[in-house]
Amino acid sequence: MSMLKITDLNVYYGSIHAVKGVSFEVEEGEIVTLIGANGAGKSTTLNTVAGLLRPRSGSIEFEGKSLVGVPAHKMVSRGIALCPEGRRIFQDMTVRENLEMGAFTRTEEESLEMRKRVYESFPRLKERRTQAGGTLSGGEQQMLAMGRALMSKPKLMMLDEPSMGLAPILVQEIFDIIKELNAQGTTILLVEQNASMALSIANRAYVLETGRVSMSGDANELLHDERVRKAYLGG
Amino acid sequence: MGFLTNLINGVSLGSVYAIIALGYTMVYGIAKMLNFAHGDVIMVGGYICFVCMNNLGLPVAVAILLSIVGCTCLGMVVERAAYKPLREAPSLAVLITAIGVSYFLQNSALLIWGADPKVFKSVVDLPSLKFFEGQLVVGPINIVTALTCVLIMVSLTLFTSRTKMGKAMRACSEDKGAAQLMGINVNTTISMVFAIGSGLAAIAGVLLCSTYPTLMPTTGSLPGIKAFTAAVIGGIGSIPGAALGGVLLGIIEIFAKAYIGTQLADAIVFGVLIVMLLIRPAGLLGKEIHEKV
Repeated sequence: MSMLKITDLNVYYGSIHAVKGVSFEVEEGEIVTLIGANGAGKSTTLNTVAGLLRPRSGSIEFEGKSLVGVPAHKMVSRGIALCPEGRRIFQDMTVRENLEMGAFTRTEEESLEMRKRVYESFPRLKERRTQAGGTLSGGEQQMLAMGRALMSKPKLMMLDEPSMGLAPILVQEIFDIIKELNAQGTTILLVEQNASMALSIANRAYVLETGRVSMSGDANELLHDERVRKAYLGG
Repeated sequence: MGFLTNLINGVSLGSVYAIIALGYTMVYGIAKMLNFAHGDVIMVGGYICFVCMNNLGLPVAVAILLSIVGCTCLGMVVERAAYKPLREAPSLAVLITAIGVSYFLQNSALLIWGADPKVFKSVVDLPSLKFFEGQLVVGPINIVTALTCVLIMVSLTLFTSRTKMGKAMRACSEDKGAAQLMGINVNTTISMVFAIGSGLAAIAGVLLCSTYPTLMPTTGSLPGIKAFTAAVIGGIGSIPGAALGGVLLGIIEIFAKAYIGTQLADAIVFGVLIVMLLIRPAGLLGKEIHEKV
C-alpha cells in the first residue's frame, strides 16, 4: 500500500481549473518529485494535500485514510508536514520560537529532543537561535523552514520550491540535506522548478503540464529523456 | 499641587484607556479586525458588576469576577456569531458588522436597564491618601487603576513571549496559513484572543465606572473610541504601544480639560491622533511596514 495515494484530483481557484485529474503515489521511504513549469499546478497540489485548499473532486489517501476535508491544522498530527513555498517563517519570532511552533502539537520533552536533532542537522540555526527569523539570509530561512517542518516528526515531508531564490551553492546544500533527511527515514514529496536538481535526488518523478500529469517514471530515466531535457532542462 | 493632581488623574484615566487599548490591539494583532464593539463590552461589564452589587447584593470581588466571566463569554459569543462567518469576507464587511454589534449591545442594554443613568458605587472602598498636609489628595481608585494596568501589561507581555498559547497567537498574527501548517487551530486562537480582550474590557468597565460613576448604555462608546485612538498612537498590534498610548492620551485629555477647556478636550485628543498619523503613521512603537520587492 502506498503511503500517499492521490486519485483523479481536481482543484479549482474560483472558476479556474488548476489541477485536472491528477493521480500519483508516494511509497514509504521514497523521494518523489513533481516537476513542471510555472502554473502547472504543482503548488496547488501540495497545498491541497496539506488541507489549505479543498479539492472539487478526487481522493487523497494517507496510510489508507482519506485526507479530504481534514483541516490543515490536523495534518501534522497525521504525520504530514508542508514546508511552504516562499518559506513563510515567522519573521518577528526568534529562530528558537519558530522551531517551537513547529512542534506545537508535541509535548515539551519531544519538542526539546527534536530541537536538539534539528540543531544537529542545521548547526547554523543553533548559532542564530536567538535572532529574529526575518533577519536570516535566504538560505538560512530555508533551513529554518525545513527545520520547523521537521519539528513535528513527520512521516511525510512535503517541500515546495526549496531552492527558490537561493545561490547555486546553497541549492546544492539544501538538496544534500533533503537527501540526508530521507536517508534518516523521512519520506519526501518535493515540488521543484529546478528540474535537474530535483530529478538527481529523487527516486521517481511526475511531470505536470497545465494541471495534468504528462509523464511519470523513474527519476533517472526522466533526467535523460529527450522531451524532459528539451522542456525543463534547457537542452 | 494642581499640576500633580491633574497628572495623577491623567495617569489613572489613561490606565483605563490602556487596558481597553490592550484588548483592541490584541484582537487587531491576531484577527486583523477593528472590533468597534469593544467599547460596548466595557459598558456591559459595568452593568454586570452594578447588578451584582446593587441588585443581588454580592460581595465586590464576586461582582468583579462575574463581570469578567460574563464579558469573556460575551466576547466569544459575538466572535462566533458575528465575525467568524466573515473570516474570508472583505475587511469592510467585518468593520460594518462590528459597528452593528456595537449598536446591538447598546440597544440591548437600553432595553434591559433603561436609559436613566445608574450611579455606580466604587469597587474600592478605602480612604483617600493625603500628601503635603492635605494639599494633594489621591483617590485609592487611581492607585488601583494604575497598578492593575501595569499588572495586565506585564502579564500580557509574559503570556505572549513565554507561553505556548501566547506564541501561537503571535504566529497567527504573522501568518495564519503557516500557523495552520504548524498544527495551530486558528479559529480557537482567535476565539481565545476575543475572550482575553473582552475580559480586559470588563476590568476596564469596572475601573472606569468606579472613577466616573455614571453608568449608561452609551458609557463605553467614547472611551472605546479613545482607546482605539490610543492603540493607534502607540502602534496598533503592539502591547507596550497600547499601554503607552493609553496613558499618554489620558494625560493629554485631563491636561486639556484643566488648562484649555472641557469642551475642547475631546477635540484635542482626536487632534493628537490626526497629527500622530501624519508624522508617524505606524504609531510610537509600531513596526513600519516595508514593501517587499
